Amino acid sequence: MRLETPTQAVAPRRVGAGSWVVAVLVLAVIGVASLLIGSVELPVAGVLGALVDKLPLFSVDHDLTDTELRILYDIRFPRVVMGALVGAVLAVAGAGYQGVFRNPLADPYLLGVAAGAGLGATLVIGLGAATALIAPVAFVGGLAAVAVTYALSRTVGGRTTTSLILAGVAVAAFATAFQTFLLQRNYDTLRQVYAWILGRLGTVGWGDVLTLLPYAVVASGVLLVLRRFLDVLALGDEESAALGVNVPRVRRLVVLAATLATAAAVSVSGLIGFVGIIVPHTVRLLTGWSYRVIIPLSLVYGAAFLMLADLIARTVVAPAELPIGVVTAFLGAPFFLLVLRTMKGSS
Amino acid sequence: MSFDGVRVLGPLDLAVSSGQWLGLIGPNGAGKSTLLKTALGMAPHRGTVDVGGRNSRAGLDIAWMPQRPLLPAQMSVANYVLLGRTPHIGYIGSESRHDLRSTELALHRLGLEKIAGRELSTLSGGEAQRAVLARALAQEAPILLLDEPTSSLDIGHGLDVLEMIDSLRKADGLTVVTAIHDLTLAGQFVDRLVLLDKGRVVADGLPSEVLTEDGLRPSYGVGIRVVDIGDGPTVIPARNRDD
Repeated sequence: MRLETPTQAVAPRRVGAGSWVVAVLVLAVIGVASLLIGSVELPVAGVLGALVDKLPLFSVDHDLTDTELRILYDIRFPRVVMGALVGAVLAVAGAGYQGVFRNPLADPYLLGVAAGAGLGATLVIGLGAATALIAPVAFVGGLAAVAVTYALSRTVGGRTTTSLILAGVAVAAFATAFQTFLLQRNYDTLRQVYAWILGRLGTVGWGDVLTLLPYAVVASGVLLVLRRFLDVLALGDEESAALGVNVPRVRRLVVLAATLATAAAVSVSGLIGFVGIIVPHTVRLLTGWSYRVIIPLSLVYGAAFLMLADLIARTVVAPAELPIGVVTAFLGAPFFLLVLRTMKGSS
Repeated sequence: MSFDGVRVLGPLDLAVSSGQWLGLIGPNGAGKSTLLKTALGMAPHRGTVDVGGRNSRAGLDIAWMPQRPLLPAQMSVANYVLLGRTPHIGYIGSESRHDLRSTELALHRLGLEKIAGRELSTLSGGEAQRAVLARALAQEAPILLLDEPTSSLDIGHGLDVLEMIDSLRKADGLTVVTAIHDLTLAGQFVDRLVLLDKGRVVADGLPSEVLTEDGLRPSYGVGIRVVDIGDGPTVIPARNRDD
C-alpha cells in the first residue's frame, strides 16, 4: 500500500474503530453462545432474559427455574468468564514475550513457567496433599522456575536474550524430567496429573475468577502501557538504548508482568498450549507488525479463542468433555504450520 | 574502556566543538565503533561523556546511525522514522502533533515523502540509508554519530549521503562524528580527522595534516600512497612491487 501525502503516511499504528467493533462483536457472539450452549440444555429465551435482567436498569421476566439459574450463574458463567480471562492473559503474555525476545516462536511458557507449575502440581498430587494446594503450589513452582532461569542466564553469559532463552530450555527440561520421575514412582496419580496438565476449566467457580482477575488486570495494564516500546525494541537492543529506552528495564517489566499472569492462569486452569502463539500470530497476520495493535487485539481475540475452544471441548463429545488443551493444540498445530508457511512466503 | 577486563580503547580525551565534523579513521579493530558506542553510553567505560558541560542524556543529545541497522521488514518508512521521536515521548505518552511534524520534516528533507508508506524490506540500499538518516534526524539531537554511513553504498550513493549530511549539518548547526573507512571521502568532507590505532589516538588534525604517507603507513601498512589531485589529499592503495 502506498500513501502519497506525508500527512496520511505519518501516523502511529492504532487499532481502528472498525477493528474494535469487529473484535468486540466476535467476543460478544462467542461469549453469549458459550452461555447458551452446554451439557444441560437451558431455554435460549430464558437465558437471554435472565442475562438482560441482570443488567442495571433492566428488569425482564424469565422462566428459568432456580436450578437452571444456578447452572447459569454458578457453573456456566464463571467458566465462560474464566475461559475469557485465561485466553486473554495467555495471548497477551505470548505477544509480550514475542516482542521483548524478538522471537516469533516465543510463548508465555518459554522461560519455564509451564514446566515449573507442572512440577508443583505433580508434587502436590503425588504427595497426596489437599487438592486446594495444587493451584498455589503450581503458581509458586512456575515463578520459581522463571527465577531460576533468570539466575542461570546471569551466571552463564550476561544479559543476552539468547542465554535467557537457553536457560529457560534447560530449566524446563530439568523440571519436566523431575516431574516424569515423580510420575514413574507414583503411577496411581498419573491420571490426575495428566488431567491437570491437559488443562481444564470445568471446575472453576467465581473464587478462581477473582483469584486470577488482579493478575490479569495488572499484566494487561503493564503490557498495554509498554506496547509502544515493543515496536522500538524491533530495532534491536543497541538502537533502542540509543533512542533513550531503558531496554533491560522494559524487558524485565514485560517478562515479570507476563510471567505473573501466566503463572496465575496456569495454576487455576492447567497448561493450555498454543493460545500464546496462535492468537498473537493471527492478529499479526491480519494487522501487521505493530505491537500497538497486536497487544490490545490479542487480549480480545485471546479471550474469544479460548471461550470458543472451551465451547468445543465441552460439546463435541457431550456429556463427556475433551481436555481444552487438546482442542487448542488441535486447532493450533495446523494453524501454526500456516503461519510458518506465510512467513516463509513473505520473507 | 574495556570489555571483560580487556582494555580496547583509551584512555583518551577527545573534545569536539559545536558544529564541527569529526572523522574517525583507523584500520579494522582500531576502536572507531567502540568509541562511538562509548559516547552513546553503550560500552562499559570509566569517565564521562559530557555534552555542553553536563552528562549526555540518552537519546536527546546524541543521535546514532549504526553501521548495520536492524530494519524490521514490514515496518513502513514513515513509522520507522517516527521511532526517532521515542526519546521525546514519556513512558505513558504517545506522539504529539509536534512529533508527527518533525517526522514529516525529516522525511521531506531526505526526499522520502514518496516512499513514506513503503515497507522497509522493499527499499534499495541507498533508500534504506536515507531512511536511517531521517530517523536520526527526527531525533532532533544536536550531535549525530555515524558509523560507516557509506560502507554499504556504491561510490555515487556514498557521495550523495555525505553531501546530504553536510547540508543538513550546515542548516541545523549539527555536530557530526563519523567513523569512516574511505580516507579520501573522509578528507573531502570533514573538518578534522582523528586517526585511531589499537585504541589510541595516533594523529589528530586537519585532513591535510593527518592524511600523509608517513602518518598513515604505521597504521595501514606501506602500500599506501597519498597524492594530491587538486581536491585535497587522495589516498590510494598501491601494491608494493619493490621486491
